[in-house]
Amino acid sequence: MNLALPMVIVGAGHVGGRAAQALREFGWMGEILLVGGERHLPYERPPLSKALLTGERDPASCALRPREAYAAERITHIVERVVAIDAPAREIALSGGRRIGYHALLLATGGHLRRLAIPGGDLHGVLGLRTLDDAAALAPRLVPGAKILVIGGGFIGLEVAASARKRGCEVSLIEAADRLMGRAVPASISERVRSLHQDRGARLRLRTTPMEIAPLGDGRLAIAFSDGSELAASTVVVGVGIDPATELAQSASLAVNRGIAVNAELATSQPDIFAAGDVAEFPSVLSGQPICQESWHNAETQARTAARNMLGGHEAHTALPWLWSDQYDHVLQIGGEPALGSTIVTRAWGGSEIRFHLDGKGELVGVSGFGAMASMAREFKLARMLVDRRLRPRADQLSDTSVPLKSLLRAA
Amino acid sequence: MTDWVKVCPLGDIEEEDVKRFDRGERTYAVYRVAGKVYATDGLCTHEQVHLCDGLVMEHVIECPMHNGRFDIRDGRALGAPACVNLKTYPAKVEDGFVFIQAD
Repeated sequence: MNLALPMVIVGAGHVGGRAAQALREFGWMGEILLVGGERHLPYERPPLSKALLTGERDPASCALRPREAYAAERITHIVERVVAIDAPAREIALSGGRRIGYHALLLATGGHLRRLAIPGGDLHGVLGLRTLDDAAALAPRLVPGAKILVIGGGFIGLEVAASARKRGCEVSLIEAADRLMGRAVPASISERVRSLHQDRGARLRLRTTPMEIAPLGDGRLAIAFSDGSELAASTVVVGVGIDPATELAQSASLAVNRGIAVNAELATSQPDIFAAGDVAEFPSVLSGQPICQESWHNAETQARTAARNMLGGHEAHTALPWLWSDQYDHVLQIGGEPALGSTIVTRAWGGSEIRFHLDGKGELVGVSGFGAMASMAREFKLARMLVDRRLRPRADQLSDTSVPLKSLLRAA
Repeated sequence: MTDWVKVCPLGDIEEEDVKRFDRGERTYAVYRVAGKVYATDGLCTHEQVHLCDGLVMEHVIECPMHNGRFDIRDGRALGAPACVNLKTYPAKVEDGFVFIQAD
């Protein structure tokens, strides 16, 4: 293997940091360059909308790895933007003008926050949440009594709403659709989540969109809605999703659909260029259809697969999707691809429920669950293991809480 | 040498399972696997989450939060995201009760 050229990773987020670590773990002796526009070393994003906003954790605790690990493993962090890829020449160009050749290239560029395309959508006090700096800007605004408007009833919006309530803010959340979290979760779980937020004092409004935001002159903002109503808030948090950051790949003529198109080995349409994480559109393990997965678990698992294959391996990404969202003392989890299921079996206990999604052949293809954190974690892990093994458990046993899920795993 | 501390009757911990044990400021996770008992620190080294809500499969405890996995016999972290080992403590069963040698 030619060690003269470095392994180059574009995007110093979770995927970038973990891929660099994996390259060393798998034996790469040459240079590793981790290039990103943010001044921070790679960090984990889950705390940004939760413990970082409530003050239970500080930014340093979100680091993916301690600073010393990068020095010890000779991983060079370059804080600069990559402006171009020259695939035929196997080079990237940095914003400062420097060109760097690569042995293999990993695109882990993540996503850009979607903005509100309405008048006043970019006013001071209208914030998004994607980065550590975003969280640092939002946290001090969540003071007791502050009026916070959250736009978007997806995972991030709901987590921010929960954190703001924990800080004693007055919270309103609006969502354009007729239910929270859209099609990502079954209607019954969406309903449970709605109840939880309402019980904890957030005002939720569905089927509502913002039309205009205007400054009130006293630092507050007035927001006009599609139903003709208005509301004043000190801070507006926009949580309407991300778009994969594909511009670099596009300019280099890599195949791009919604995300950067990769095969099961996370290889793009150009030799020795890989993509992983939020930005990658990869074939679903279950259906073969192209999917994007914006989750911690996807970052964690794809980073390692990409590293293997940058080193000349031919490992397919086989991990099934998994994501979770912590809200108050509750957790919502989704494993596999519930959308591929045609029948649902419910296992419910206390205030918690797990829904098993089975396809036409009776095979488990997905699982979704919501409940108190303490009672959900291990049950859901077992449920995911049942899905990972594509088992066909009997419906009456899945729903019977006197039959431990562990026993179904063993019986298989 | 620290003293042995009584945790609970053995029957309070199911086979291949874990139970939380608090003592003073400290919290522990006490396991029962294949007839033997083990004890570790209670909180995962990745995020401060209690392992008593995690899943025990043979001699591995998996953190309920992020799949951080540890061997309960020696506390070894079994790969990302957990990279710091878990502290372990001697544990034994005597007269049907579980004891650990806590700090």
